[in-house]
Amino acid sequence: MSRLDDLRGPVPARAHDARAIAALAANPGCARRSLLDAAGVDKDAAARHVGFPAPFGQSQFAITRGNVFESLVKENGCAELLRLLRELMGLPIAQVGYQDVENVGAHLRASHTRALIDRAARESEDSAVFYDHPLLSLRIAGQTSYLEPDVVAFQLGGRFHVVEIKSFSVIDGQAEPEKVAAAARQAAVYVLALRALMEELGHDPERVSHDVVLVCPENFANRPVASLVDVRRQLAVLRRQLARMTRVDRLLEDLPEGLTFSLEPDADGVPTRSAGELAEALRRVPARYAPDCLAACDMCMFCRDEARGCGSTDLLGRQVRDQLGGVSGMDEALGLAEGTREPEEGQEEIARLLRLADRLRRECVA
Amino acid sequence: MSALTALARLRAMREGVAQRITTVRHCHVSDRPMVFVPLKMAGEAAAPLGAMVGTDPDHPRLLVVPQPRNRNLRFAFTAELAEVLLPYVEGFQKRTETVERKGGEPYERCLEAPQVLVPNRPAAEFTGLLGRSTRFRRVDGPYPVHPSVPLLGRWLTYFADRSRQPGSSLLLAATEALGTHWATGQSALEDANLAALLGWIDPPAGTTGRRAAEEAEDPLLWPPAGPATDPGFDNEVLAPAVQAYEEAPTDRAVERVAEALRTQLEPTWRLMWRSVELLRALPEGSRVAGRWESDRGSFTRFVERIAEGGPPQARRDGAVSAAARLAGLERARASYDVQRAYDDPLVMAEYRLTGEAFAGVVTAVEPEHFEGEGRSRKLRPLVTVRTEDPVRLAPGAAVGSPERRGHGAEVVEVVAVSGAGGVPGGGTGGAGGGTVEIVLKVTKGMGRGKTPAPGAVPEPGERVCYTSLTDDFQTSAALPDPEETPWTHGGPPEEYVPGDDDAQEEWE
Repeated sequence: MSRLDDLRGPVPARAHDARAIAALAANPGCARRSLLDAAGVDKDAAARHVGFPAPFGQSQFAITRGNVFESLVKENGCAELLRLLRELMGLPIAQVGYQDVENVGAHLRASHTRALIDRAARESEDSAVFYDHPLLSLRIAGQTSYLEPDVVAFQLGGRFHVVEIKSFSVIDGQAEPEKVAAAARQAAVYVLALRALMEELGHDPERVSHDVVLVCPENFANRPVASLVDVRRQLAVLRRQLARMTRVDRLLEDLPEGLTFSLEPDADGVPTRSAGELAEALRRVPARYAPDCLAACDMCMFCRDEARGCGSTDLLGRQVRDQLGGVSGMDEALGLAEGTREPEEGQEEIARLLRLADRLRRECVA
Repeated sequence: MSALTALARLRAMREGVAQRITTVRHCHVSDRPMVFVPLKMAGEAAAPLGAMVGTDPDHPRLLVVPQPRNRNLRFAFTAELAEVLLPYVEGFQKRTETVERKGGEPYERCLEAPQVLVPNRPAAEFTGLLGRSTRFRRVDGPYPVHPSVPLLGRWLTYFADRSRQPGSSLLLAATEALGTHWATGQSALEDANLAALLGWIDPPAGTTGRRAAEEAEDPLLWPPAGPATDPGFDNEVLAPAVQAYEEAPTDRAVERVAEALRTQLEPTWRLMWRSVELLRALPEGSRVAGRWESDRGSFTRFVERIAEGGPPQARRDGAVSAAARLAGLERARASYDVQRAYDDPLVMAEYRLTGEAFAGVVTAVEPEHFEGEGRSRKLRPLVTVRTEDPVRLAPGAAVGSPERRGHGAEVVEVVAVSGAGGVPGGGTGGAGGGTVEIVLKVTKGMGRGKTPAPGAVPEPGERVCYTSLTDDFQTSAALPDPEETPWTHGGPPEEYVPGDDDAQEEWE
């Protein structure tokens, strides 16, 4: 796909990291995000260059805690993880193999993962292996995207489980619902990718379990606790989203000739193109901003500013949009409410409701 | 979210300043609230970094944990917090009133109750977690703590639990309290930032709410209101200060951490008191005092529970207590929604929009209308109301009115007068646009005489509002005793006795 290479410019492509996957799951219909991700553009760098850096700093306290916890779970060939899995799933195994895919060079990781998974799927005896840092791929919008999940795949007797290690606490059996939901959405992407790989290799994709193992610290200590999370619902949502996503090649067709998001640096490491040029190029691809983007996408501040510029009701969130029955502009909605604008065909119902709401409001706020 | 609130948000967006979505205040604001602004360490569930707390806007108390990973320092922090919070709570326990009950023993109720104000919902949750991590501690055994620590834990747990109860004001989150009274021109997600929300509601002179909210997003100008801190602050300011303390735990090192935290807490402290002022300036709804009375009752019962030596709140509810708690929350929610509508025409307007309420002018009254014969002959005054609201009430529907307490009526018929809406003789009114006349018969609240008590029946020309919403007393669901929990729900739970494990639980 040379067109995608042109879009990215002469810089290395970025694989989908956890945040890109979260953004994909949160807003699959955004063309701008789809295209930037498909081309492997560094969205964080792009957002910074156009003057809208994403508000996603990470505290070193949180990073330290996350790393400490992860290494605790993974040390000695995932010994602690094995103990947890034995208890959780009643596994009869005493020994387990450990393969760190990260040990091979980056360019080999995808094929290495593939070969390892294939071999494991063929050996259906009671071998058990952990695969750390697998590099998976998924067809997203007609493009092969590489995912770098921070997960462990666990295989026992040819059956696979995705294991996700998170450092938010489970207190008295309960964790913050949003965090669990986000983890489940992410894990579903990995399950899907692993299933796609199995299918490609000619194995039964159902051998990848829809029960994901979530490992978190328990209560206020660092001791890990494992729970099974059923991600069937998230898988169904994700499949539907992926099927309905506009194919990237269709998006590419509509792009003007010579469009690029290149961040090619000069000798000092500063992108050679001006911020204005890059912003102009970004604006050529429509975004679908929603306030949820503020928690997931590197481009969020840029897109929010753009939505403000055109008075879009997207800014107020989906709940408000639902009330407005598809009227997308602030001026349009207020015009209908205040009677200064005639409803178009199909808008009569919402216009009547808004006018009534406006009358009631004026009556009460003298 | 109703279309009315959506409209208010759109208007806030256009005007650049927040719009009122109520005409009165729906929460109690104490004369002497305690503001509590906690900060927690990033990545940890409930490791306190520090807090600003107190009842005097000019003299906050700053509490600091110079090394948040140190367990002893954390417990020292909670003991210090207890020094501030417990005397405040205890101060309300002495003065009580005797409440008479129909068919029951009179009981004592505290005349006033404490009120804790935190910046946002995560701070309320953090308060609960701090309570959870301290209420089981013991004053003896392997990891002894100061006697005030477990007591503080129980109070913090109580306040956090109570804050989930709709209509309760014992612990309020400022963003939620402000958000129920104002609509901003940004999303609900962004409203969770206290500085941004206040920027929209109360922008500094010479700037718009939108500009003020934008500025509020800069953590250097407006540090986050917690409990999460700004990652930039953590990395550049706090981490080196904690490191210095680690290397040499001197008073100067403690002071350095304290100064760092003060810069993060002070702006929020001021915003909290500004929130109190803004809320106080709103006229109080007439049913707020009644809800605060329930809060005082709940507070009194918890004081008694502690005085009687009851155990700390369990880690988890059993099946029966969980069902009872849920039913209680549902009842509180329903009652709170109805009470707000009765107190506030702007909230009632939401029900007028959906046809569950209507407002209009009385066009005819027949005060001495009777129904039935002989002994069952009853006074049933008829009132006709003309309205342009899209009424969706069927004949037979029981309605009440915010203008008259104890007043009840029944819809007799709905007659279309003009316009597209209104189905003659039918129960459903038009979807808007048409004028209808609704004939009501008054069934309650006009006295026992042969003629209605003066003022009990609306006069012609009077503007009235009626709604099918009622806040009638609802009996609680019949639940078995915990010992009778059926096997479908796990059978009778083991009685909860906090054990050594609870008391010695790690807090890393």
